[in-house]
Amino acid sequence: MAAKINHKKQMPVEEYRLPDEAFSRTDVRRRRTISNGVKLLDLGLIDYLDALNKQKELLCRIKSGNDTDTLILCEHNHVFTLGRRAKEENILCGIEGARKIGVDVIPVDRGGDVTYHGKGQLVAYMIFDLRKDKKDLSLFLRRLERVVLGVLNDYGIRGSLIEGRRGVWVNKKKIASIGIGVSGWVTYHGLSFNINTDLKFFSMINPCGYRDVEMVSLSEILNAYVDLVAVKAAFINNLAKVFERNVKTGGIYVKNDLFT
Amino acid sequence: MSKTICLPELGEGIEKATVSYWLVDEGAEIKEGEDIVEMVTDKATFNVPASSAGAIKKILLREGEVVKVGDVLAELE
Repeated sequence: MAAKINHKKQMPVEEYRLPDEAFSRTDVRRRRTISNGVKLLDLGLIDYLDALNKQKELLCRIKSGNDTDTLILCEHNHVFTLGRRAKEENILCGIEGARKIGVDVIPVDRGGDVTYHGKGQLVAYMIFDLRKDKKDLSLFLRRLERVVLGVLNDYGIRGSLIEGRRGVWVNKKKIASIGIGVSGWVTYHGLSFNINTDLKFFSMINPCGYRDVEMVSLSEILNAYVDLVAVKAAFINNLAKVFERNVKTGGIYVKNDLFT
Repeated sequence: MSKTICLPELGEGIEKATVSYWLVDEGAEIKEGEDIVEMVTDKATFNVPASSAGAIKKILLREGEVVKVGDVLAELE
């Protein structure tokens, strides 16, 4: 049973440490753990394009077998991004109108339509080599959705999926959006999860190309400011569970069964 | 011998994709595994890799066209 997280209390880092002795007797298991491991890269607050450059750098290395699968967690400064399915008319204030109020507009090579990124929104990029797992995009996308559902569950919230509409919803309002890219069967881009996001920016677009979508954030549902550190921890834990991988966070392993 | 590049199996329930844009032109020399064309499904862009090295002899499908899994996208020589 997943531990319930008290979002008002900051999760102490010590809870995620495994003592080095745990690995000293079982070097074979450690080697398997390392090859099974997902590396965490927390980029903090970073401009969208800088994060994209980092993704592409990792993508090259992972495609050529020179790096391990990586989970990037970050937040971006205001930006609207246009996926390959995006129509300009879905930016309701127009591209120039957006730039005038300080929101950049960037076309990107991911699937999906237009979306907003800004402070308070957790952005997760998964640079995962599907050649090592299953070459199945549907499965990968479903797993991403399940990670978000798991985090919501940790906060006592029932999230849901809508047939034919990717993303995660709470009471028919959208809380997380997904759009990925794939090259050489290695994924990049990922998902955005509204935590303390200022949702008014979504009213300037048709999010994901839908006119009838209302967005929601975790803080709006809980009626409280949410500690992003705690959400990141929950995200990592749920990702480890859903993907059945160990996540390496700065040299400290978060084992995927730590909270079961 | 003419070889072909087809749209591979993308996953359960994904039967087709749209050609987004060609990363190479007809006549271009390509290496095995190099990204040839970007395809788009609902929430994913997928770069189709070349199954072998060679030169692009003919591009069979244009940007915007919808393609089924298994359909031939281009011929190689």
